[in-house]
Amino acid sequence: MMTCRELTEFLEHYLAGELPAPVLRVFDHHLALCVNCVRYVSQYRDTIASGRRAFADLDVPVPDDVPDDLVAAILAAR
Amino acid sequence: MNGNQSMSVAASDATAVDEHALVHALRQGEEWAFETMVRVYGGRLFAVARRICSNEDDARDVLQSAYLSAFRALANFEGSCQLSTWLHRIVVNAALMRLRVRRRKPEDSIEALLPAFLEDGHHVEEFAEWSMPADRLLEREDLRATVRDCIARLPDQYRQVLMLRDIEELSTDEAARLLGITATATKVRLHRARQALSTLLRREFAPAVTVPA
Repeated sequence: MMTCRELTEFLEHYLAGELPAPVLRVFDHHLALCVNCVRYVSQYRDTIASGRRAFADLDVPVPDDVPDDLVAAILAAR
Repeated sequence: MNGNQSMSVAASDATAVDEHALVHALRQGEEWAFETMVRVYGGRLFAVARRICSNEDDARDVLQSAYLSAFRALANFEGSCQLSTWLHRIVVNAALMRLRVRRRKPEDSIEALLPAFLEDGHHVEEFAEWSMPADRLLEREDLRATVRDCIARLPDQYRQVLMLRDIEELSTDEAARLLGITATATKVRLHRARQALSTLLRREFAPAVTVPA
């Protein structure tokens, strides 16, 4: 039986689909029995998605050029 | 105008630049090389700064500060990665520093943010659900700002790896090269960063219940 501590140690590999089949079976068995770990895994996924979402709206088109005044300021400060 | 000088006029993107020649000219203190370095790489770097800072004025300051850092550190550029990659790291670091100054909050200890376990391996904390599904929470700009705020509170090395992997979406190997650590260490650090951020977000979005001893 995998413990909650062990489950968190395998979590990255689980999400990356890198767990060997025998370990994956034990991992899934733990999740089937432990609602607390189900929530932990779910919130871990939501954390990754939240980080991306929090910055996604700030995506802006890559400008062709740096504004000339900014180029001048950078070079002048050198 | 010689061949190298023409690069400063002709180059419209980083792929058109002979980096080796540019770095050589930069180290020689050639004026055209500094302007080329700003014009060729600056557009993308400015976009990165704006994405992290979410403020046009801060992004300008970050870009300027980052380029000045880069100019001073040119002697330390070993050429083990592309010049654009090296500049990207400098801009991300400068932007993150600016973000923290703006937030004016001390960073949290990573250990205090990692999950705690009982002797039998069970979690100490009983995790409550977030108050609503993540996709609904994040429809609100104030809560997206809360997420950015939580990321800014992570200790430097954890915030950096999380920004590079989850926000800038670099591969593990690319992030590892930028951070100067192994891919394995990058994975371990990212996992701890995500765990810590998860704890911070839970405190914001869900009430925690501690299991009685």
